[in-house]
Amino acid sequence: MNAQWSTVQLTVNGLRHTVQAPPMKRLLDVLREDLRLTGVKEGCGEGECGSCSVLMNGELVNSCLVPVLQAAGATIQTVEGLAPQGELSLLQKAFLECGGAQCGICTPGMLMAATQLLERTPNPTINEIREGLAGNLCRCTGFIRIFESVVAAAATKAAAVRKEESHAR
Amino acid sequence: MRANATTRVVGTPVPRKEGAEKLHGRARYVDDIEREGMWYGTTVRSTIPRGLIRSIAFDESFDWREFVVVTAKDIPGKNHIQLIIADQPCLADTQVNHCDEAIVLLAHPDKHKLRAAAAAVEIDYEPLPAVLSIEESELRDVIVWGENNVFKSFLLQKGNVDEVWDQAAHIVEGEYRTGAQEHLYIENNGVIAEYSHEEGVTVWGSLQCPFYVHRSLLAVFALREDKVRVIQTETGGAFGGKEDFPSILASHAALLALKSGHVVKMVFDRMEDLAATPKRHPSRIRHRTAVDEDGKLLAIEIDLGTDGGAYSTLSSTVLSRATLHACGPYVCPNVRIRSHAWATNTVPYGAFRGFGAPQSIFAVERHMDEIAARLGMDPVELRRRNFLREGDTTATEQLMREPVMMNDLMDRILEESSFYARKMRFAQENPTSAVKRGIGIAAFFHGAGFTGSGERYLNSLAGIDVTADGQVRVLVSSTEFGQGTNTILPQIAAEALLVEYADVGMAPADTRVVPNSGPTVASRTAMVVGRLVERASLQLVGMLRSEGLLAAEYSRDEFFAACERYRVLKGELVSLCRYEAPPNVFWDDQEYRGEAYPAFAWSIHVAQVAVDMTTYSTEVEEYWAIQEVGRVLNPVLAGGQIEGGVAQGVGYALYEKVLLENGRMANNQMTNYIMPTAADVPAIHVYFAEQPFAYGGYGAKGIGELPHDGPAPAILNAIRNATGLACNAIPLLPEDMLAKLSEVAAMQKDVIR
Repeated sequence: MNAQWSTVQLTVNGLRHTVQAPPMKRLLDVLREDLRLTGVKEGCGEGECGSCSVLMNGELVNSCLVPVLQAAGATIQTVEGLAPQGELSLLQKAFLECGGAQCGICTPGMLMAATQLLERTPNPTINEIREGLAGNLCRCTGFIRIFESVVAAAATKAAAVRKEESHAR
Repeated sequence: MRANATTRVVGTPVPRKEGAEKLHGRARYVDDIEREGMWYGTTVRSTIPRGLIRSIAFDESFDWREFVVVTAKDIPGKNHIQLIIADQPCLADTQVNHCDEAIVLLAHPDKHKLRAAAAAVEIDYEPLPAVLSIEESELRDVIVWGENNVFKSFLLQKGNVDEVWDQAAHIVEGEYRTGAQEHLYIENNGVIAEYSHEEGVTVWGSLQCPFYVHRSLLAVFALREDKVRVIQTETGGAFGGKEDFPSILASHAALLALKSGHVVKMVFDRMEDLAATPKRHPSRIRHRTAVDEDGKLLAIEIDLGTDGGAYSTLSSTVLSRATLHACGPYVCPNVRIRSHAWATNTVPYGAFRGFGAPQSIFAVERHMDEIAARLGMDPVELRRRNFLREGDTTATEQLMREPVMMNDLMDRILEESSFYARKMRFAQENPTSAVKRGIGIAAFFHGAGFTGSGERYLNSLAGIDVTADGQVRVLVSSTEFGQGTNTILPQIAAEALLVEYADVGMAPADTRVVPNSGPTVASRTAMVVGRLVERASLQLVGMLRSEGLLAAEYSRDEFFAACERYRVLKGELVSLCRYEAPPNVFWDDQEYRGEAYPAFAWSIHVAQVAVDMTTYSTEVEEYWAIQEVGRVLNPVLAGGQIEGGVAQGVGYALYEKVLLENGRMANNQMTNYIMPTAADVPAIHVYFAEQPFAYGGYGAKGIGELPHDGPAPAILNAIRNATGLACNAIPLLPEDMLAKLSEVAAMQKDVIR
């Protein structure tokens, strides 16, 4: 522990953490090293590839570009928070079934981008999906099956909502 | 026929074996692994393309306590990386031959201190003249490798081209160039190494070929085979980029582990990975082709050159595959191909999906469109008239023993893409539009498995076992890096054993656990290793039956009960099979004649482009890909292979430019080395025609590399159709198209004068 380090509180995947770190330490490193959330990946370290994407107060950010001090008090969600009970979420299942993940290294970031997209646009058009995922690079899939995964997840969700509504009536 | 038989598991879209772990973010890539007391390593690299190392100095004002330093002097065994020829040093000793060559290694418990330490190492050079292009290398004014700068050359001859030129109706010449391409796997190279006197060297890493790394470590450490162990960790993309390079990085980390006495992790950041690791070989390919009035190919003469970089690494085999694919999927009675891999003072070029074929297919398929233009013939028709058919022979006089479906593939892709209707529409719309649209085609084949006698030399061993807890495990060194090895091999075993997909898993890719089933390269896993797993599975059933434990027909429960009884009787239940070449396979390495590959996959791609004549940017708007890859083992995974390959091919054609400045990559960041994003890829329509191959795993041929061969020529042919511009070099960025237009304008001006 160094005198110049900062004490930062943040809530990650619903758990409150207090971290002591250099103020400019990247949120990426805090998540990976201090909190051992290694689902968050580093691909480029300059905000181009999106592998380190997390949701910070509901906004998709590249955690390699966020100094931890900027995340003080923030609520963070990482891939580890998508299926806290252990069972894959609708979105994750869709990726599994549609072939949206190959080598898997971009997948955690891609899932976070898709999560934000579907929260804001529950039934996205193909162009909205392309735009929503344009900050996350995948070198394996050519993106096509990722698009299909997002479409499938949206459709499953919509069907579930309809079912719920009809039950409510 | 066996390969045609109805299957329960093979051919179904079972989910990726390790998929859930990846989706949870729980899959452990090398950088996710921490060890107690682990140190971190970094590399001090050359800053000049060629020169003698005069001295290595360590800044005295820097606090070097707690640092461990390794140079070539610390290598206990041989200072070379063991590949085809052992010309590449593990660490440069007296001379550097390219920028970013490793000279000094540093390790420290705090990884954040490494950058400053590397900057405090001063290397003094006596610069030597460097060779930085194919043209400079072939001049031979400066010899930078061997006696003549040639890593490898081939002369492939069929018939006699010289008797044809005089009688030809047309002779068409062209020169085609392809640039370097970076794999851009999203996970950078990384390893963890441990050394102990008892265990020797153990390496965990992001890699394709555990036994390649194993072999290199044996040489560098002068250790017995059982004192080196290599374990693949989850690997975040490879595409050939983790075929040979991990042998270097593993050696480096292990040297630091040996000297420091600690476990050492070395993980590159993106800039180091881009600057220091192999890329696709740049090429320059010249075609001279004689055709008759009807467009039949009479003679093909090709001069093919690749830039191999500073050390031979895989250049000879990449050149071989480039040479063997240079004529494309066409029959021609007279062929002469001269090819050379040239030494230059750049980072050695290496394996990348397609392994030389994308270069030569780009040239031949672009050239076919130029031949068609000369003849005033439909490029589709020209191709149809020359496709290889059953009974024809290739340039190496390999007989096509099985039906070749190219005409069927062509019929289907023309229909699916409404090829002619679109072409006609664009011809009508283009004259009044600033955006010119066009449609282009590329037809090609790709040999699966190692070239020629390669699979015989590899002599792969693979198999399955059944563990005490009743799990069937596939025993192979074939690795998963996204393509689906972990899924298709268990599918094959489950099919053959009459058990469920969930009953079969993969043994860890650990050289102490699995046999050497060969490297995971050359589109060989489904075809060659898949076949071995199939045979080993059937053999295991035979073993159970010969002990009287299993009836002719059996249930899943009876199978596992029999396995348990066998284990009680014999101690273990393991079935291994060794490679057996298909019959009638002969290859003459001297004359380069015979069966170049056990099987070819066949494919046709169609690209639709829109070229904006204001900005000169090209957008691929829609894409169609049809292929015959033998049996499709898993349609979701297979489709993903094609789409991913097409996207990489789009980048190869239009985006991805490696800028070298004095032999050093200048744009070694994702910010300025641009790959296609979700917003850039076209809609990709994928179709399979299945013709099972009798000697592949459940009829499979190779698939992984094939899709990278087509996009560049299909897209540049589409640009030709849209604009009339014959662009013969990739990558074709907007500035390159502007340069081409200026060149054409200047030529027209000259003509007018």
